[in-house]
Amino acid sequence: MARHVTTQRRAINSAAAWTVALMLFFPILWTVLTSFKPEAQAVASPPIFLGFDWTLQNYVDVNEQRDYFRYFVNSVIIALGSTALGLVLAIPAAWSMAFVPGRKTKDLLMWMLSTKMMPAVGVLVPIYLLFKTLGLLDTRVGLVVVLTLMNLPIIVWMLYTYFKEIPGEILEAARMDGATLKSEILYVLTPMAVPGIASTVLLNIILAWNEAFWTINLTVTDAAPLTKFISGFSSPQGLFYAKLSAASTMAIAPILIMGWFSQKQLVRGLTFGAVK
Amino acid sequence: MATQSSRKAARAMLSPTVILLLVWMIVPLAMTLWFSLQRYNLLYPDRTGFNDFGNYTRFVLSPAFGGAVVNTLVLVVGVLAITVILGILIALLIDQPIWGQGIVRILVISPFFIMPPVAALIWKNMFMNPTNGLFAEAAKFIGLSPYDFLGNAPLASIILIVAWQWLPFATLILLTALQSLSSEELEAAEMDGAGPVSRFWYIMLPHLARAITVVVLIQTIFLLGIFGEILVTTNGGPGTSSTTLPYLIYKEALLDFDVGTAAAGGVVAVILANIVAFFLMRAIGKNLDA
Amino acid sequence: MGKITLHQVRKSFGEVDVIPGIDLTIEDGEFVVFVGPSGCGKSTLLRLIAGLEDTTAGTMQIDGREATHLPPAQRGLAMVFQSYALYPHMTVRKNIAFPLKMAGMTAAEQEAKVQHAAKILNLTNYLDRRPGQLSGGQRQRVAIGRAIVREPAAFLFDEPLSNLDAALRVTMRQEISELHQSLKTTMIYVTHDQVEAMTMADKIVVLNAGRVEQVGSPLDLYHSPRNLFVAGFIGSPKMNLITGAEAAKYNCTTLGVRPEHIRVGEGPWQGVVGLSEHLGSDSFIKVEVDGIGTINVRASGEIGVHHGDPIKLSPDMDKLHRFDGEGLALK
Repeated sequence: MARHVTTQRRAINSAAAWTVALMLFFPILWTVLTSFKPEAQAVASPPIFLGFDWTLQNYVDVNEQRDYFRYFVNSVIIALGSTALGLVLAIPAAWSMAFVPGRKTKDLLMWMLSTKMMPAVGVLVPIYLLFKTLGLLDTRVGLVVVLTLMNLPIIVWMLYTYFKEIPGEILEAARMDGATLKSEILYVLTPMAVPGIASTVLLNIILAWNEAFWTINLTVTDAAPLTKFISGFSSPQGLFYAKLSAASTMAIAPILIMGWFSQKQLVRGLTFGAVK
Repeated sequence: MATQSSRKAARAMLSPTVILLLVWMIVPLAMTLWFSLQRYNLLYPDRTGFNDFGNYTRFVLSPAFGGAVVNTLVLVVGVLAITVILGILIALLIDQPIWGQGIVRILVISPFFIMPPVAALIWKNMFMNPTNGLFAEAAKFIGLSPYDFLGNAPLASIILIVAWQWLPFATLILLTALQSLSSEELEAAEMDGAGPVSRFWYIMLPHLARAITVVVLIQTIFLLGIFGEILVTTNGGPGTSSTTLPYLIYKEALLDFDVGTAAAGGVVAVILANIVAFFLMRAIGKNLDA
Repeated sequence: MGKITLHQVRKSFGEVDVIPGIDLTIEDGEFVVFVGPSGCGKSTLLRLIAGLEDTTAGTMQIDGREATHLPPAQRGLAMVFQSYALYPHMTVRKNIAFPLKMAGMTAAEQEAKVQHAAKILNLTNYLDRRPGQLSGGQRQRVAIGRAIVREPAAFLFDEPLSNLDAALRVTMRQEISELHQSLKTTMIYVTHDQVEAMTMADKIVVLNAGRVEQVGSPLDLYHSPRNLFVAGFIGSPKMNLITGAEAAKYNCTTLGVRPEHIRVGEGPWQGVVGLSEHLGSDSFIKVEVDGIGTINVRASGEIGVHHGDPIKLSPDMDKLHRFDGEGLALK
């Protein structure tokens, strides 16, 4: 709302908004600060906010205990792989639903979403046995497949809402211009939907990076991503606050930084058609 | 723009996704159904064979079952209520002209990027821990005795942690919706004599209806499966006071090694999830012109 | 080259017959306008010809070739859409070259054709811009350019001028007419605006509720409308349609008189001036005529009558239109 407000009013609003924002952000800030404290100062009472002896020792220790880089690479591969595979499946599906809608399109979309409501833990044993039989346990391929299927309904829904915004006439024009279905999707639809596809990709990377059920239960070491890395600190290492904080920071920093830089695109697209 | 050939193409391009999701749904479900009718305990590999509905009666009649269903619903509804209400308030606040709106948005969205085990570990150890946690320190500072959040109010504490993770999502969707409201509409309402409360109630809230629908739908999908946070913080306890349905199944399967009963629990959970899904889609599906 | 024939072409959406069955021949090189009120099926008919919709029944030949089941790309037609449907992410050059790229032409061939089309349409200086940076008229030209380069058997236009302002619409109308004269390619043009139809068409097809009401040259339709619908639709301001005793005097159920065929001064019809609009070149007067009702009159030049003045009118006897009880014209 472009309404004129007095400076005083603006100051009050700003103070309130900043207070709320800092409260929400504080747990992350505190974790990052703690990761630089010597272990003794991390549990000091009363807590030390900034005036502690800054150290990188925790990061060195954590990395010695567990090879951070290996987990990091697995996280990247799984997040990017499942996103790419998801797009390849979802773009054609969303095209169909957006541009050739039938009476059942809405039901189909809702059914897809409802597959996500099934508690993963309910089918853990069968999936585990299936993966064991197929030799997919503790493999990146296995995790990419599972996470693709996990997030596919969300990707289809997001793309569907973006595609619906694109006027059908433009695709018809492409058809009149002699484009095959493949060229229509590749040269016309996809470039036009780039902002929407970008935010879908971002959301999917975040969801895949942070998925903590299948990634923990279907891996041991080879394919273990950062969720597994951090779950090793649940106890009793949890008592070492500084090391726990360092490990936490290492696990969340890549996605947090990516999120900060891309939050405009992410937020613009993160409405699932809620904003017309 | 629907010719026969484009419809045929649409079916062809939709089918891989549909088939994969169907397989992803049906194969584990069929296996779960099969196991649920078997005697299948990893501790007693010699006891096998059909158990009819014994696993189901065991699971459903176990004292923890009713409480787990209630806990699951309390968790979902509690988180939804907190995130939607606070989300609207924070969105209204950020939507005002303020200094540094960009940074405020970045700070507010940040919890959304945190992986669940990290969130649970941070909150459990560094905030809610009754001896060293920051909340305990704060209580000591103002002269109160520290409160054992996870020991005394485990479900509420978990709701707090999960709400912290999902509040950014709700806030940002609601904020985007709020920003799409034309100021002319609000000014017209102001000219018509509507005060701030009426403007919120009659103009803004109806405008936010679709966004709230989306927030509720997406969050319910993710909240029904909340598991890791419980595992890390309370292990479902003390007792069963923070045991949800997913956690109860996990306990059967991986702590008691009773695959048969866990499978029966899985089937029950799937049925309950579908009931929730059915009513949810009924209630709010029409709000989405999907 | 571009003769198009429709035999009993029918289109229904579920239970609803949008087009119950149409026979139509469009000759090579003709400029044909489909005109009718919104919802009359004119756009659907165009889309059937384009191949963007399936026909429910009937057959269609384009250029002597059976085309009923051909996909749009193989019909050799080009279409200009109401929204122009330009590709927003491509430059003007790439927009115009897109059909050529799809046809697999080399870059050099594409460039030559694009340059040629751009010259015809005065777009040479805009080739590197994107559609978003162009005015409405320029976008319209790009859409036409994209159609021209394909050298189609026929051009299809779907209400192409409806998004332009009034002045630009007149200019573009003339440009399209000139284009038709220089290319001599068949053009099918859909509009709800009868002025566009009258000024551009060689042949007008008046559609109503999916049926063809009349086919003919603009002046045919003006001078001898086949029925009440065409009579009321063609001509601006609308033809006065008089029923009752006055019509009975002329041996018909409905008597039609165009506003420009009524003289002011002396005459059998007496009335009082209601609304009068004075444009200088023309005067439009609404007259409340005793025993008949409201009659619209168009007089050329300025006549000094105003609200409340008594007035006498006489219809042009040799330009009356008489219709029977079914609404069909009487000879």
